[in-house]
Amino acid sequence: MKAHGTVHKYGDNVDTDVIIPARYLNSSDPAELAKKCMEDIDAEFVTRVKPGDIMVANKNFGCGSSREHAPIAIKAAGISCVIAETFARIFYRNAINIGLPIIECPEAAKEIAAGDEVEIDFDSGKIYDLTKGTEYQGQPFPEFMQKIIKAEGLINYINS
Amino acid sequence: MGMTMTQKILAAHAGLDKVDAGQLIMADLDLVLGNDVTAPVAIHEMEKMNSKGVFDKDKIALVPDHFTPNKDIKSAEHCKCVREFAAEHNITNYFEIGEMGIEHALLPEKGLVVAGDVVIGADSHTCTYGALGAFSTGVGSTDMAAGMATGKAWFKVPSALKFELVGKPSSWVSGKDVILHIIGLIGVDGALYKSMEFVGDGIANLSMDDRFTMANMAIEAGAKNGIFPVDDKTEQYMKEHATREYEIYEADEDAEYEKTYVIDLSTLKSTVAFPHLPENTRTIDEVGDIKIDQVVIGSCTNGRIDDLRVAAKVLEGRKVAKGLRLIIFPATQAIYLKAMEEGLLSTFIKAGGVVSTPTCGPCLGGHMGILASGEKAVATTNRNFVGRMGHVESEIYLASPAIAAASAVTGKISSPADLGL
Repeated sequence: MKAHGTVHKYGDNVDTDVIIPARYLNSSDPAELAKKCMEDIDAEFVTRVKPGDIMVANKNFGCGSSREHAPIAIKAAGISCVIAETFARIFYRNAINIGLPIIECPEAAKEIAAGDEVEIDFDSGKIYDLTKGTEYQGQPFPEFMQKIIKAEGLINYINS
Repeated sequence: MGMTMTQKILAAHAGLDKVDAGQLIMADLDLVLGNDVTAPVAIHEMEKMNSKGVFDKDKIALVPDHFTPNKDIKSAEHCKCVREFAAEHNITNYFEIGEMGIEHALLPEKGLVVAGDVVIGADSHTCTYGALGAFSTGVGSTDMAAGMATGKAWFKVPSALKFELVGKPSSWVSGKDVILHIIGLIGVDGALYKSMEFVGDGIANLSMDDRFTMANMAIEAGAKNGIFPVDDKTEQYMKEHATREYEIYEADEDAEYEKTYVIDLSTLKSTVAFPHLPENTRTIDEVGDIKIDQVVIGSCTNGRIDDLRVAAKVLEGRKVAKGLRLIIFPATQAIYLKAMEEGLLSTFIKAGGVVSTPTCGPCLGGHMGILASGEKAVATTNRNFVGRMGHVESEIYLASPAIAAASAVTGKISSPADLGL
């Protein structure tokens, strides 16, 4: 399993309120949520993002509200993987549960820049910055997590 | 090596004699909670499941509190979805408008959580019940769905930070100031993935409402849960509110903590968190001259009766500053009624404030007090993130009810001392 795309880069403590503001939580439709994703910190994100793109951020990504709408919006916007130095714990659980790949890797989070072309191999946990020619070792995905992601979430995985 | 209080509760619910930090366990749940924002997503996930029923109709709580009374058609549809699900599955603890309140104030008040419980809720502030000596933590909607179906959830057993509280807080210093001070000290990810265990003689000087406020904001330090030992005040609270048996767990003498912080409550001052993170704290004497447009007193953090009493004490016989909006949210119907009977609502209205029905409302930028660009609010809520209460160029200053009420009178961030109190 691999991901390949262009990087959208953010800083520390990106909270779920900026990932998907509460004023849009009167909907739970992924396509509708995707249109508003990151609106409060990066209004251009939704016009710039292409399917397969990668999000990179620093520490405590996804802090705050437990809204599962946050990883749902990121995934529906076309993001194939989020790399961060650390993730807030509820976001971490939610991302796996809905089948959005996420990787903790402090070095990659620090060095990869916005606009870089990045490839991720989920089996080995290797992250390649093709623009810079650098390589990072993230945590490989255990097999059950890869299965959850392939099944598009925990519920489908349990059913299968 | 012994276990922390949290680890002991988790071990008991996993049918194990001993657990260690980092261990993955499957635990039995005493309660699964959802609201009008998170439950519809969970219900949708449950519909996809092969098994359709709920594990126990008495151990699920559904509280439509975020965008209620329904703020628009889409919210009304979400509430309808939750209401229909509750009816279909005969959910005992579904709370309709008129009996509902803000979930984390309502559940302890209704006696639905007691010491020793394991509770998950699809709301990050589910950690509030740690004040009762329970393990409770926020999850997402999929975990809620799995919890409703199976009555179980998996956890990675957390390591812990110990906060030893000593001394007695001075007047006007509350649980809100203590927790803001701690978040300022360790940062918004200072307790990431960990438990915050509060211990020490100083706890006896904190009311149950102070403790609910503190456990509530453990998530703002990234914690998995915050927890207090059970003492006379806790037992008294549970006797007044709950009929269920409770179980008291205590940390082992040789429990392992990653770090211990000693907090002398007598040295703490009123504390304000500046935009846009709860860790950006300053004591009231360092605040400077900040003019404000709105004051919000309420939320799952500070909408309880003690909070309203403090606010009324400050506002009694005074007027809200010209041009400032003061909005007060009693957290539950019972608190609302009590505030009415005690004359607090009359004090608020005479001061020029408005009193709303219980709702999360503006805390998360839902309704009932949204900020325009450039506006500043003092709020007793829990988050001051960018855009949290409205426009991305608005600002939220988090504070105690005492500071919020005093600020409403002067029109700038102030303390009761500035009013001669």
